[in-house]
Amino acid sequence: MDRTQGKLLLEPIVDNNPITLQILGICSALAVTTKLAPAITMSIALTVVLVAASVIISLIRRHMPGSIRIIIQMTIIASLVIVVDQVLQAFAYELSKQLSVFVGLIITNCIVLGRAEAFASKNAPWPSFLDALGHGLGYSVILIAVAAIRELLGAGTLLGVTVLPLIEDGGWYEPNGLMLLAPGAFFIIGLMIWGIRTWRPRQVEKPEYRIHIVHRTEGS
Amino acid sequence: MIATALQPLRAVFALPNDDPRKTVAVALALCLACSVVVSATAVTLRPLQERNAALALKREVVKVAGLAGPGMDPARAFEQIETRLVDLDTGTFVDDADPRTYSYRDAAQDPARSTALGDTDIAGIRSRPDRMPVYLVREEGELRSIILPVYGAGLWSTMHGLLAVAPDGRTARGLTFYEQRETAGLGSEVASERWLSQWPGKTLIGPDGEPVIRVAKGNVEAGSPNADRRVDGLSGATLTGNGVTRLLRFWLGEQGYGPFLAKHTDVPSRRRGGDHG
Repeated sequence: MDRTQGKLLLEPIVDNNPITLQILGICSALAVTTKLAPAITMSIALTVVLVAASVIISLIRRHMPGSIRIIIQMTIIASLVIVVDQVLQAFAYELSKQLSVFVGLIITNCIVLGRAEAFASKNAPWPSFLDALGHGLGYSVILIAVAAIRELLGAGTLLGVTVLPLIEDGGWYEPNGLMLLAPGAFFIIGLMIWGIRTWRPRQVEKPEYRIHIVHRTEGS
Repeated sequence: MIATALQPLRAVFALPNDDPRKTVAVALALCLACSVVVSATAVTLRPLQERNAALALKREVVKVAGLAGPGMDPARAFEQIETRLVDLDTGTFVDDADPRTYSYRDAAQDPARSTALGDTDIAGIRSRPDRMPVYLVREEGELRSIILPVYGAGLWSTMHGLLAVAPDGRTARGLTFYEQRETAGLGSEVASERWLSQWPGKTLIGPDGEPVIRVAKGNVEAGSPNADRRVDGLSGATLTGNGVTRLLRFWLGEQGYGPFLAKHTDVPSRRRGGDHG
């Protein structure tokens, strides 16, 4: 693996993260991160769909008519999502119930279609595989980190194992209910974006406009 | 032979990408490939999924029966529960089908094994199966509770649940909803432990045999009259709550388990009105 290929794989994890830089996939990052277990399942499901879709689309990229290109990509992604959903229902029934609609909503996750359209439809299968895997991992890192913080502070557990004993069970920790609500996830993701941009100032966007101050003299 | 058959196909795929014939060919090939993959997965995984669903139902029955606990295997606990089929019109047990494999959902779809409901369809289920499974929970030989499967329309979805009643037939022992697709965070709270935990002890059926249970609007004050017949409403989910009221009233009523409860519990029969005063 040479340097450009390594870059394809590693860049989306911090420097070009789909959630914290591209601000994509926020819906599922809010919805499935109240507990760690569903977040891990969701990360795996999305990464599998993303990698498989990118490789398939890359393989048929020379035969994709431009007029129906997005439809082809969506059909492939949707089929893969149905397959993943069926597999979850067969082998991880409880988790698939917790994830409910959000596995189905991988179809509309902008990261998947975004990588298919922006990268896989123009590149060979191996770079597409690396790019998709990198983005899947970038999504997973954030999702798992957010879920770990929310479950720990919101319920005092990690993967259902008590870490901070709750007052109601005779311990000392008063759980923070905000962490279990959607705004809690917004705050955590916002703080993460702030942290990453302080660490990597290159990610800070240029202001789109500046307030133009006009100095006028009276009576002109 | 195959090579010559593939010749026209190859010619189509050799066309430039913006040719309409190629567009149609690619679309057809893609649809074919995707449908084969999707249906193959669905067919091969169905037995596993059905086994999971059956196990999940057993787990729910065990939970609402109050037999669940740490270290308790739901499949083992379920063995202690007797499953019987009930003819809803007469209220008697029937043995002409295996209650363990009987599916009330399949029966409801089959006009020969269900009754179409007209104006009496308060639960929004259109047709009612003629037979329903019930689960009898015994403790040391004594009947402890009867678990009745119930279902009906909420706001968006059909909610499937289990109602556990005491041997007197009119006191709730518990309620659970194991399948519903109500609004996440509002109506979906009908399946939450916190909301369901207020059901045990509620009075479902009045002294005259009429269902009286109701999901209230707002909270029920502990001292208020009829507090034992009211359950706290869910804020933001009035319609889901109304759905729960209606489906319970339907299933506890004359069209539902009414005749069965009259025959096997202390609930007075309403069909021969006056018998019990």
